[in-house]
Amino acid sequence: MRKLLFESLIRPPLTERAPQVSDAAIDELTRALDGVARQRLGRSLSIRAVDAGSCNGCELEMHALNNAFYDIERFGFRFVASPRHADVLMVTGPVTKNMREALKRTWEATPNPKWVVALGGCAKDGGCFAGSYAVVGGVSDVVPVDLHIPGCPPPPIEILKGLIALLDGANGKVGAPKG
Amino acid sequence: MRMTRKNPPALADLINAGRLVEHHAPWRRAVVAPKVWNLAVEQLADGRWSLLGLWGEPDKVHMALLDEALDIGVISLDCRGGRCPSVGQYHPPALRLERAAADLFGLAPQGLPDTRRWLDHGQWGISHPLAARPSVPAAATSYRFLAAEGDGLHQIAVGPVHAGIIEPGHFRFTAGGETVVRLEERLGYVHKGIEGLMAGAAIDRAAKLAGRTSGDSTVAYSLAFARAVEAALGITPPPRAVWLRALMAELERLANHLGDIGAICNDAAFAIMHAHCGVLRERVLRAADAAFGHRLMRDRIAPGGVTSDLGGAGASTIRSLVAEIRQRFPHLVELYDNTASLQDRTVATGWLKVELARQYAAGGYVGRASGRDFDARRAPGYAPYDELAFDVPVLREGDVNARVWIRVREVEQSLSLVEQILARLPAGPIHIEISTGANAADGPREGMALVEGFRGDILVWLRIGADGAIERCHLRDPSWFHWPLLEAAIEGNIVADFPLCNKSFNCSYSGHDL
Repeated sequence: MRKLLFESLIRPPLTERAPQVSDAAIDELTRALDGVARQRLGRSLSIRAVDAGSCNGCELEMHALNNAFYDIERFGFRFVASPRHADVLMVTGPVTKNMREALKRTWEATPNPKWVVALGGCAKDGGCFAGSYAVVGGVSDVVPVDLHIPGCPPPPIEILKGLIALLDGANGKVGAPKG
Repeated sequence: MRMTRKNPPALADLINAGRLVEHHAPWRRAVVAPKVWNLAVEQLADGRWSLLGLWGEPDKVHMALLDEALDIGVISLDCRGGRCPSVGQYHPPALRLERAAADLFGLAPQGLPDTRRWLDHGQWGISHPLAARPSVPAAATSYRFLAAEGDGLHQIAVGPVHAGIIEPGHFRFTAGGETVVRLEERLGYVHKGIEGLMAGAAIDRAAKLAGRTSGDSTVAYSLAFARAVEAALGITPPPRAVWLRALMAELERLANHLGDIGAICNDAAFAIMHAHCGVLRERVLRAADAAFGHRLMRDRIAPGGVTSDLGGAGASTIRSLVAEIRQRFPHLVELYDNTASLQDRTVATGWLKVELARQYAAGGYVGRASGRDFDARRAPGYAPYDELAFDVPVLREGDVNARVWIRVREVEQSLSLVEQILARLPAGPIHIEISTGANAADGPREGMALVEGFRGDILVWLRIGADGAIERCHLRDPSWFHWPLLEAAIEGNIVADFPLCNKSFNCSYSGHDL
């Protein structure tokens, strides 16, 4: 373990290592995100993930935000364990009828001001599952949605971009939140 | 037909005793009499055969079986009015599959010991949605969890919304102090009605649905679906497509195993493994994106071949990926092996008995860590794995540690497979048109496939109608047999070790709930 830790000390951070276009984009994006996040929320935005029926693809990419490449916590964005601690509900999946009640209750348990991000194509309108006897539809059919992030699933970089858009859009909203 | 216990039947005997269904490939299907059906159930109950799947249709029930000689076949039973003898009363692995068939098709398995609804939570506004005539919804009733009685026992209810970034499901623990006396799962929250949407869907739409059954296994599901369609229509995809499919499947296996090895350690509060494994997983996803244009390689496999070819740049990206993992991964394995505090959590935790793994025909690392030597890539096998060299690691300890080690060994095997595939990738086209018209005249065609996903064997069975659309498609995730085993494995462990045990199984909710 000592060797691994030592290597981690002398190796440059992963976000700056690979000189690819996408990595440059991440760098630029994360710097912008840092500025906006600090301004709006004093470096703290707590995100609660709610899977309301997803295939689990979106969750995988949400997990990726925590890896060393994206390291979302650098900017004060945190995934939290309870809706009571959350500023943002990040909801995935077509909302299934079996999850409708749980999603509603999770939203009600989230204190104001709160935002809802619908993540992925299914969360927008049910995606390819729309029309099923077991599916309500998109997230906005159950709780008010502030932002949709498209993709199947959206890559982590798109989720980061979406969070910036949310923070930009949240300007002027803090005084009069929904709900 | 009389069979004695001294001379147990082979699956082929039972299929020969029934009415063979035409155009069912690659294995045979027969409609059998109740007596023959019961004889098959006897083989399951006696532990000679394995249940690969059980699914319904209006007034019909089907069972996919694997006998001792690793022969595969499907037997079907007509059940007028939905009444059929319950398999689950003699062979518990069928229980939840029968409850699901009862919910969806209105089948009424006679003697089923557990008649609580499973996927149907009373929210659909309809009952038996896939039956010939769906009925009005039954009144929603609260779910009766199984009782556990004793001094000082208390219940802990968890979910459906969990604390992490996880799929939804409900766990009801009964604990005595810190020790779990009973865990009961309640699933079905992410039931999307995939099999309902499949019915009547064109093949390309159905392929998209199949690829969204369980997000972490999108390649394996697309592959299983494509192989079932190709079996039904008698199509062979071009060699290059077959090899590219295997390449994608191994990349998917690598990404999941690497991510999960780290996540298991993280659930034992050993974050450094999680961080390093997370980096390797991300490298795999980026290489997949560079090579095939999508991080999870979604919709890259379709009936007839693949939709994305591998260029020279993509191949060299994958080669350097393999080199990097080969360089870094052994250090992580060494770290895992040499950290006593971590081993203290994983060794002898979440023990799954060899007998149970065998009874439930547990696929993947869950089965292989408990002595079940089965891998669909090897037997029944499918191209191109018959031309590739790989080992199937098997352990008998059955604890969290054994499941981690199986995954470690499978990472090594997949790296070797990726190299072999890249070295021998044939040139040529990557797709052929699938035409259903030519075959339509002689009635519906049925196909089946068994594909080894990272989690275990995925079964797809389907029927293509005369109009070329999917008439019925059933997708059986390995988790159907893993979930009940998790309930058994957690017994006697402390509540705090549940996340660790759970992650070492990593069952799919969406793949199970459909």
